[in-house]
Amino acid sequence: MKRVKRRYLALQLDSEGLPSEKEFMDAVWGAVSKLYGEVGASLTGLALINFEAERKVVVVRTSLVTLDMVRASLASITSLAGVDASVHVLAVSGTIKALVRKL
Amino acid sequence: MTRAFADLHLRVNPKDQHAAQRLITKASKLGYRTISIPFTYPVKEEDAAKLKKMCSEAELDFVTRADVKPRNENELTSFLRKFRRKFEVICVVCDSKEVARQAAKDRRVDLLNFPSLDYHKRFFDRAEAELASNSLAALEIDVKLLLALEGPARIRLLSSLRREAAIAKEFDVPLVVSSGASEERFMRMPKDMASLTYLFGLNEASALKTVSANVIAIVERNREKLSERFVAPGISIVKEGTDP
Repeated sequence: MKRVKRRYLALQLDSEGLPSEKEFMDAVWGAVSKLYGEVGASLTGLALINFEAERKVVVVRTSLVTLDMVRASLASITSLAGVDASVHVLAVSGTIKALVRKL
Repeated sequence: MTRAFADLHLRVNPKDQHAAQRLITKASKLGYRTISIPFTYPVKEEDAAKLKKMCSEAELDFVTRADVKPRNENELTSFLRKFRRKFEVICVVCDSKEVARQAAKDRRVDLLNFPSLDYHKRFFDRAEAELASNSLAALEIDVKLLLALEGPARIRLLSSLRREAAIAKEFDVPLVVSSGASEERFMRMPKDMASLTYLFGLNEASALKTVSANVIAIVERNREKLSERFVAPGISIVKEGTDP
């Protein structure tokens, strides 16, 4: 089986409040499935890697082939846990080590 | 060389200094280098000067832009005659086919904006694109609607945008993507804004151009035209001699 190439995204949460990990991932899944449907969302292989509440920096993982879909979906988020918010992509990398170096 | 990003459509009342300041600060934080807040006429020079000062404090380049929503051809040409040389960018908000066609063929127009959600009132078809291509006008798309709408309305909008983007590509009409934001929550980082264009069929290279090269090209071209040294496209005064 061919190895799945992945990409790690460092995200900055821009909101008044601080959502929980679950609320954040619900919003991401919601945005992806709204734009690409449940089949599309299932292809992304999205996973939460790290949630740094203090700096509001989150790291998520997705497959390389669906990176564009995930980026567009993240940009379309306008609220997190009922509070106005936006999610900015700070960096994208193939490994967590390189991602941390970019931040 | 780092790419310079621009957002030419921050929709805030230029007289509302506090709101303008908030959006300018946010734009600077998000990584933009050039921004514009559109004016509607009559324009007060002092408002423009204040905005320019705010932008220079935030290390941003401020572009003067006028938005016009004419009712007919005559109103458009009269506006252009009066205001073309006062603004660096002119955008025509096309609400009728007559205005859309005239705007697309007039070389003094830089941006064509179609705000309507109604498929029948978006006049960017092949004929419009051909005219726009000859007159170097660009098609402006505001991403705010993509963020604010949901469900069937967004589906219809995406369908229209996909069709328009394909026509623009076929006729080499540059696309310009702007935020159209009146609040900070609708502002996105330039690359995030570009990534929203994937939704209507653009690839990464063209998406990035819509928030950088395409916009900067319009601003630079017009600044050159408005400079005192400009004679004609490609000809400018480099040195003035004196009589012996």
